[in-house]
Amino acid sequence: MTSTVDPAEVAKFEAMAAEWWDPTGKFKPLHMMNPCRLDYITSQIAAEFGRDLTKRHAFAGLRILDIGCGGGLLSEPMARLGADVVGADAAAGNIPVAQIHADQSGLNVDYRNTTAEALVEAGEVFDVVLNMEVIEHVADPQAFMTASQQLLKPGGLLLCSTINRNPKSYMAVIVGAEYVMRWLPKGTHEWNKFITPSELIELLKTAGLDTVDSKGFVFNPVSWNWSISDRDLSVNYVTASVKPA
Amino acid sequence: MANEFDIIVAGGGLNGSALALALAQSEFSVALIDPLEDQVITADSFDGRGYALAVASQSLLNAIGIWEQVATNAQPILEVVVSDGRAGEGASPLILELDHAELEEGPMGFMVEDRYLRQALHQSIADNSLIRSMRGVRVQSQSIASDGVSVLLSSGKSITAGLLIGCDGRNTQIGEGANIKREGWSYGQTALVCAISHERPHNGIAHQFFMPHGPLAILPLPGNRSSIVWSETTAQAERIHALSDAEYIAELKPRFGDFLGEIGLCGQRATYPLGLSLAQNTVAERLVLVGDAAHVVHPITGQGLNSGLKDIAALTEVLTLAMRRGEDIGRIDVLERYRKWRSFDVSTTALATDTFNRVFSNDNPTIRLGRDLGLGLVNALPGLRRGLIREAAGLTGDLPKLLQGRPI
Repeated sequence: MTSTVDPAEVAKFEAMAAEWWDPTGKFKPLHMMNPCRLDYITSQIAAEFGRDLTKRHAFAGLRILDIGCGGGLLSEPMARLGADVVGADAAAGNIPVAQIHADQSGLNVDYRNTTAEALVEAGEVFDVVLNMEVIEHVADPQAFMTASQQLLKPGGLLLCSTINRNPKSYMAVIVGAEYVMRWLPKGTHEWNKFITPSELIELLKTAGLDTVDSKGFVFNPVSWNWSISDRDLSVNYVTASVKPA
Repeated sequence: MANEFDIIVAGGGLNGSALALALAQSEFSVALIDPLEDQVITADSFDGRGYALAVASQSLLNAIGIWEQVATNAQPILEVVVSDGRAGEGASPLILELDHAELEEGPMGFMVEDRYLRQALHQSIADNSLIRSMRGVRVQSQSIASDGVSVLLSSGKSITAGLLIGCDGRNTQIGEGANIKREGWSYGQTALVCAISHERPHNGIAHQFFMPHGPLAILPLPGNRSSIVWSETTAQAERIHALSDAEYIAELKPRFGDFLGEIGLCGQRATYPLGLSLAQNTVAERLVLVGDAAHVVHPITGQGLNSGLKDIAALTEVLTLAMRRGEDIGRIDVLERYRKWRSFDVSTTALATDTFNRVFSNDNPTIRLGRDLGLGLVNALPGLRRGLIREAAGLTGDLPKLLQGRPI
């Protein structure tokens, strides 16, 4: 940060960074889900690029794009594993917030206020594109998927997670998470924008990507944690797709 | 600013040393701080202390590469005999026998002298390039920053890391520095600890006699030697400890009869006050407490070191998995996973040993009858007895991988 930045603005961004990263605060649902998301992301990347996760900096040399990076909850772990990370968010306010937290954590992440489409235009390419909990918020999912595909190098990996559309996911996400538990602000999600796994795989295919894996992220209200499921894709789920070399 | 180390371990006793080795195996860089000088750690003399290692603890020592070095000096525990007694009367006819033949894993545990464990850990640490051992220095103060923890040492040097682990015993300075309160009570009992040599072989049998003033454990060491942990009321223990060696043996002998023949002292004698002491929390931002710093329980079931090694196995697994996910290992939500994993086991162990001690350190005839019947009943029911054997061997519960002898 240069010295021309208004100190009051910096204080505001610091407070917002603290809020993003507070495991018991406003973003608690993301923090609760994060270990499970990271387990999936790291194992898929390691498998695709032949990396050994038991070694430090297992992702050194990989260029990773985190679309919809928010406060950097996925960008920072990727940077800590040695990857060269670009965190992109269309919401301008998230960028200085994420940047301040990365600086505080001693991590180097290239945060940018930009969109997938703008990055395509700039000619950027990546080994991995993370597209986690984003597609249910975009206006044109097919255009977004096509842009994501164009951002991948041949042989690159796209990881995409979202929420299924069925009565159970309506109960779990809109009624449960937004209204009953108040985990998420009301109106965070529009149920009609949710996408079923077969619709998502079709979007990916049309964009020119081969989907190689899909799993569910399942919340267990008894043990109060998230786990990866081979079969239960009924609410939250994730796909791994490869751009043909 | 980048931290100098991944992790600082304060306290280089058995727990701290084993933890440093386990962490280094997962490629963490570790600073190990201890006030004792090297020569104290490597001393060859036998100070009379020995540890009963559960099978799960042996698996952990094996996994961190220590077991091979202590195995030749380890005495397998083949059988545990629990009996009710009153000084001079010998054992009650209703006794509980736990035999390793009912356990597919082999012996129920091993007795290892403190000096062999100390030396093996010290040597492995010296050979490990990821561990910087700083002996003869104390932690002066600690401060938490956004990306790490900074520790000022008595040498005047300051070091930084992502996480500070307190393995510094029941009077933990690290826990105090984080304002972690403790709760607990004294049992009004003191353990007299010594080793004896005896005329007849012990055949690998560990004995636990329940006496009115506290339990007496006779634990087999290699050769015709045994480790004695003898609990008495504190006043009585102080009186006995002040006696000459000959008078001390004269007090001890009638308490367990003559099944080992003539006995004599070997090594030094020591006393330890017995109490329960639990830290109200075992984690804080960038800080974890392990072993006695987290929990001191009654040694009645030999769970002290074993419980610390369980902490080490669970913590190492939590931190290793977090590191492989790219998580910040010092964050409270990562450390909470360790606290949750261990809290159930720690509270049940504390409660069980407390209840055990209260029931058995008692001369009330009704309670005596009840416990004699209870021991007899457990003995008569093979399923229940096997459960107790597995519990004593540390093979129950949601076991961390290192305790199963598997890599993380």
